[in-house]
Amino acid sequence: MIENNIVILGNGISGVTCARHIRKNNPKVPITLVSAETRHFFSRTALMYIYMGHMTYEHTKPYADDFWEKNDISLRFGWVKEIDFGQKQLKFEDGEVLGYQQLVLATGSKPNKFGWPGQDLNGVQGLYSYQDLLNMEENTRDIDHAVLVGGGLIGVEMAEMLASRNIPVTFLVREKGFWDNVLPKKEAALVGRHIREHHVDLKLETALEEIIPDSSGRVKAVKTSNGETINCQFVGLTAGVSPNIEVLKNSELETNRGILVDHQFRTNLPDVFAIGDCAEFKTTPGKGRKHIEQVWYTGRMHGETLAHNLTQKKAVNYTPGIWFNSAKFFDIEYQTYGQVPAEWTEDSWSFYWESESGKVALRFLFDLEDRILGMNAFGWRMRHEFFDRAISEGWKAERVIRQLDKADFNPEFHKNFHQQLLSQYNREKGTSITLPKQSFIQKLIGSRS
Amino acid sequence: MKFLQNIGLILFILGLLVFTALPFLGTYQLEPSMVEEHTKEMHQEAMQEILEPMVGKTYSSNFSFIKAYNQHFNTYNEALKEEQAWDQVIWDDYLFPLTKAASSGPVAEAPNLFMALSIGLAVLGGLLYIFPLYRNVPAGIKHDGIYFSAMKARGWLGIITGTYLIGFYVILYWYPEYLANLVIMVDPLSYLLSGNPASQWFLYGLIYTLAILVMGIRMFRKYKGNNYQTIRTVSVMFFQLSFAFLIPEILVLFNMPWHDFKNIWPLDYSFFYEYRIDGMLSSGALGMFMLVWGIILIVIGVPIFTYFYGKRWYCSWVCGCGGLAETLGDPYRQLSDKSLKSWKIERYLVHGVLVFAVLMTAITITNYFMEFSLLGQATDQLHAIYGFAIGSAFAGVIGTGFYPFMGNRVWCRFGCPLAAYLGMVQRFKSRFRITTNGGQCISCGNCSTYCEMGIDVRWYAQRGQNIVRSSCVGCGVCSAVCPRGVLKLENGSEEGRINDMPIIIGNESINVKSS
Ligand SMILES: Cc1cc2nc3c(=O)[nH]c(=O)nc-3n(C[C@H](O)[C@H](O)[C@H](O)COP(=O)(O)OP(=O)(O)OC[C@H]3O[C@@H](n4cnc5c(N)ncnc54)[C@H](O)[C@@H]3O)c2cc1C
Ligand code: SF4
Ligand code: SF4
Repeated sequence: MIENNIVILGNGISGVTCARHIRKNNPKVPITLVSAETRHFFSRTALMYIYMGHMTYEHTKPYADDFWEKNDISLRFGWVKEIDFGQKQLKFEDGEVLGYQQLVLATGSKPNKFGWPGQDLNGVQGLYSYQDLLNMEENTRDIDHAVLVGGGLIGVEMAEMLASRNIPVTFLVREKGFWDNVLPKKEAALVGRHIREHHVDLKLETALEEIIPDSSGRVKAVKTSNGETINCQFVGLTAGVSPNIEVLKNSELETNRGILVDHQFRTNLPDVFAIGDCAEFKTTPGKGRKHIEQVWYTGRMHGETLAHNLTQKKAVNYTPGIWFNSAKFFDIEYQTYGQVPAEWTEDSWSFYWESESGKVALRFLFDLEDRILGMNAFGWRMRHEFFDRAISEGWKAERVIRQLDKADFNPEFHKNFHQQLLSQYNREKGTSITLPKQSFIQKLIGSRS
Repeated sequence: MKFLQNIGLILFILGLLVFTALPFLGTYQLEPSMVEEHTKEMHQEAMQEILEPMVGKTYSSNFSFIKAYNQHFNTYNEALKEEQAWDQVIWDDYLFPLTKAASSGPVAEAPNLFMALSIGLAVLGGLLYIFPLYRNVPAGIKHDGIYFSAMKARGWLGIITGTYLIGFYVILYWYPEYLANLVIMVDPLSYLLSGNPASQWFLYGLIYTLAILVMGIRMFRKYKGNNYQTIRTVSVMFFQLSFAFLIPEILVLFNMPWHDFKNIWPLDYSFFYEYRIDGMLSSGALGMFMLVWGIILIVIGVPIFTYFYGKRWYCSWVCGCGGLAETLGDPYRQLSDKSLKSWKIERYLVHGVLVFAVLMTAITITNYFMEFSLLGQATDQLHAIYGFAIGSAFAGVIGTGFYPFMGNRVWCRFGCPLAAYLGMVQRFKSRFRITTNGGQCISCGNCSTYCEMGIDVRWYAQRGQNIVRSSCVGCGVCSAVCPRGVLKLENGSEEGRINDMPIIIGNESINVKSS
């Protein structure tokens, strides 16, 4: 057993980022990354592109295979079935044990299953891991209809995946609008329209009642809350994810939905930390932040911060900056900065603009003193740096709207909607903001100042 | 729609088959008058004598004709070489013009018909296939199934295509006599444009231009909604059609040297060769302009444009090699190697070729002024080596023939000396960069996969660093395919362009510097 070593359980973005940054700060300490999913780190967010034939698995690995050896990070491939926190040991399925001095838990998530009848039938699955992807490849071979359940980001990715193989899809969403617990109504409608444009049969306000098997134990149909029976050979369950902590339950480790941690990612046990999707903050790390952060970027920031704390004398609290996230709904890219809830209260107001095509839209949320709180962008790429500043400095509505050309991150020659948006703003607000002028020379050399 | 596309595919294949079969048609008869017309004064007598046994005979295929010619000709030449009678050895290659002259049969009789049945059908079929592409489909990235494709992922179709292309290039460069019928077929068009008979280069230029035009239309379909892609494709189509194809032919019509005004030394490696310089100097004001314009492009045009826009202004907006790569080669862009090792090889090779080209040109110019008193032999030899190894084998056979194996920019990346020059300016003195959008990268890998230059774009993007690489041709595809809007090609102030120690936006706990 090696002394003074750090073991990281989970080689996803949070575990890997943590390992890389520890190595950067400390060239010597032994680091072991453990996972049972794939030997090397790959990008979970790119799973869909493997299925769609845009890339192969190899392409989804952010670092070349020799990167780990070069950086002296050991990789251990295997499933940990138990952790002996007293002895400071991981016990693998194959009987081996691995001791640790410090343990970082970065075990990620697993798809939610809500106890639907038939949820464990053949041909029914979620999409989270590489193994799920391989299963999906098998489960969707030569089928003629698929049903997706749950209206979130992974659901729409699965819809796109199936559509790329010309498999007809029915998409059951319990709510009134697509992802409407996050998206305001108009945005939810915009996304819904686009999903339908891709010939996905989107059924809103429809829940899954039951999955019906055929004689071989494979799904043959689903029954919906409307009493409808839909024949299908594949069901994708995409009703969110929850922390993957099966192995850790019933131990001394304090857990709730996830592994409970403080703002320095410390669990209740000494030398044991948790980061990424599997961590649950006892108190939220900032205003408007959630107890469990389940996105790529936060996993990365958790990893960076914990690595700092494990290698530097002075530990810091995790203090995330302005919230941001992005996704893609088929062909429509979505970015969000700051806070734009699905519904807002009296103490804020919003400005929404949508293009005639109904595929490009911006929403801004301001407080009563006109300071920007957040924004949603659809089909219009925005500069992260711009909104990070605007929101943290509380820029006023007019300033943001007027300077939008500086925030524009679309490719050159892209159709520019700034004037349209300005006109609508002026009309609604009774203002007379004009576009900033650019000289011919500035245009010619593509200057943005 | 599918129906129309299938018809298109069938027509294209038919056209290609006819094109491939044409060289084997017809018979070959040599007449003394042909020898008289196609050989130089000084060789007339000898050639007539050498080829005497062939006269009046009918050869049933180009193979037997060429074989007979080589036999007679080589016997004569080898004997002289043996005797070391170097000044009597015939170095000129009369095989191609004589084969072309001797050919008779259907193609020579009805060149236009065969043009329509080969190139015409292929173009028509291609267009029928391309026009309906992605109709009634929303604009977006069209990469579904690429890695399942037999054509685009080094499958059997790709291997066949690559082999065909390589074969074509080898014949074109070193055995053009076998293509005589194809050249005869384009003679009428050549007369129309330049008033001269076609050469194999005219044939090549025509196919090349058509490939760019037809596959350019495919780009419009594929990248519908992305104006950057559309506009730069229009640009390469325009430059190829006018500057590389029509204008040079029209110049010839007016007894000017064949000249492509947008081709820049050292890509245009023969620019300073004696015959080119003499050609320009003896062509009056326009010739003088060619020379001065060429030099201005090299010393002022390249640095200034590259300073403002990056090397993309040339590589993916103007250049012919780039034009073919970005249109015909687009289906293969994902096949470029992204490993560190190939980046290393790339730097050695491309700069090596640049050094070679510069040295060769320096010697050529020195010689020119010394009237070949010093290194005359060496110059010729250097030209021969460069022409063979770089101009033909690298740029042609490997550059295009390897599209289906190593991606569409093999030449641009590993071989083009002009790209190396442009790249140095782009790396060290330019306003161009690809900006990375804060912390938005999800490391998915689309950008790296589809970068035709083999740049591991993700490596920069995921650490929040701007991409400033000498090899980037600014095709804009990494930006197009990024599902999170992370990449933007832009020209801006030099300050902050290269951020070696980027800070990823989003985490205020610490200043996370990547390294
Ligand atoms: C299809 C899909 C698309 C997504 N797209 C986006 C997106 O676009 N943007 C975004 O922000 N987020 C996205 N996410 C969410 C994002 O991928 C996750 O938040 C992130 O990957 C979590 O990283 P992590 O390091 O916490 O855990 P994970 O990446 O889940 O890594 C945990 C690893 O630990 C291993 N492990 C767990 N327990 C054990 C054990 N006992 N023994 C051995 N190994 C174990 C697991 O097998 C896994 O490999 C997406 C997720 C999915 C599934
Ligand atoms: S980095 Fe992007 S723009 Fe540059 S060559 Fe690669 S894909 Fe094209
Ligand atoms: S395509 Fe975009 S998100 Fe994906 S790795 Fe490249 S920059 Fe990052």
